[in-house]
Amino acid sequence: MSRKLTDEQYRKTKSWKFRQWLDGTKDPYLDAVEMKPQIAYQEDKKAKHLRSEEKREIVRRVYDIEHNAEMKIFRKIYRIFSVIFCIALVFMLLVAVSNLPPFGNADNPANNEVAARYIEQGLEETGAVNLVTGMILDYRAFDTLGESHVLFIATCTVLILLRTDRKESREYMEANDRTYEPKNDVILQTAARILVPPIMIFGVYVVLAGHLGPGGGFSGGAVIGAGLILYLNAFGFAKTERFFTVKTYKKMSFAALACYSLAKSYSFYTGANHIESVIPLGTPGAILSSGLILILNICVGVVVAGTMYTFYVMFRKGGY
Amino acid sequence: MQMFIWILLSFLVVCAISASLSKNLLNSILIFMSYSLIMSIIWILLESPDLAITEAAVGAGITTVLFLVTLKKIHAIMKEDEEEQKDE
Repeated sequence: MSRKLTDEQYRKTKSWKFRQWLDGTKDPYLDAVEMKPQIAYQEDKKAKHLRSEEKREIVRRVYDIEHNAEMKIFRKIYRIFSVIFCIALVFMLLVAVSNLPPFGNADNPANNEVAARYIEQGLEETGAVNLVTGMILDYRAFDTLGESHVLFIATCTVLILLRTDRKESREYMEANDRTYEPKNDVILQTAARILVPPIMIFGVYVVLAGHLGPGGGFSGGAVIGAGLILYLNAFGFAKTERFFTVKTYKKMSFAALACYSLAKSYSFYTGANHIESVIPLGTPGAILSSGLILILNICVGVVVAGTMYTFYVMFRKGGY
Repeated sequence: MQMFIWILLSFLVVCAISASLSKNLLNSILIFMSYSLIMSIIWILLESPDLAITEAAVGAGITTVLFLVTLKKIHAIMKEDEEEQKDE
């Protein structure tokens, strides 16, 4: 049977002594030590007021334009100089623009033997009907490789800056970023159901037909990424994570970049001398033509689509 | 046709100035998006459809979406809603 002891009775028991020893209020050598919780230092209200008043007074005196002669002069000079600087900059830029050669003139310095060679022999040498694609993925494939690596590095930076590793905070962010919006919005879902397939097919078409008509890896990849973002917005993370996670992105972009580097490395190692490729160029205008360009377009498209989608997910949720 | 190009170019200038002068960040993003759309039409008129597709997809599409998500993260869009709620 247990009953509550009074304070005086409790002080005589051994558990009271043990409790005192445990709390540190009773030291075996120093006897009873009084323990006081520390109080944070609080500034006197008057002193605080005085201090802020002094600060305000200094600011007031410095910016008192009517009595502060230095400030007055400085402001005038500042205004005059800013106007002079702007006018000078505008004048310089206008002079530079007016000295540029006119648009579309035949004597422009851009119309040299390089452009002439691209136009005259581009179709023959690269096999691409679209000369722009032939230029960026054959003559200047090294530039495009650097471009896709820039995209990859940008994604890595976003991953480093915005990724949250803890699952709870990720779930919190996902729940929090849509507080004012309806989830599973019917209008958005219906629109997405109709729009996403054509967008995806158009993106794939732009990637695959990059050497035949306008388009190419970058624009097609951006269209596919936009379609993925629309799908994600309409149906939520649960559905997209079934086929696209960070692991998928890593594998995809690694495979695409490695494929690009390996496919084009032969011309880099030979000092960009154009050696005959093993892959036949095919008939210009057919979908399977122009040698490596189709493969490189697909590689760039995969990297760009993954990058755009990853950017969006990182901004929204910080990890997927 | 020349008239059409002049109208588009003047729209471009107006969009560029008003995007930087607009006080509301959401408005400024939408103006920036219309700037990209006009720019993509101008690319088509300049006979470079490759750039037009890229401009439409990246400038008008993905950049705008990323801007909007960022605005939501820094709670710049919600302010108006909260003010409306306070009035009620």
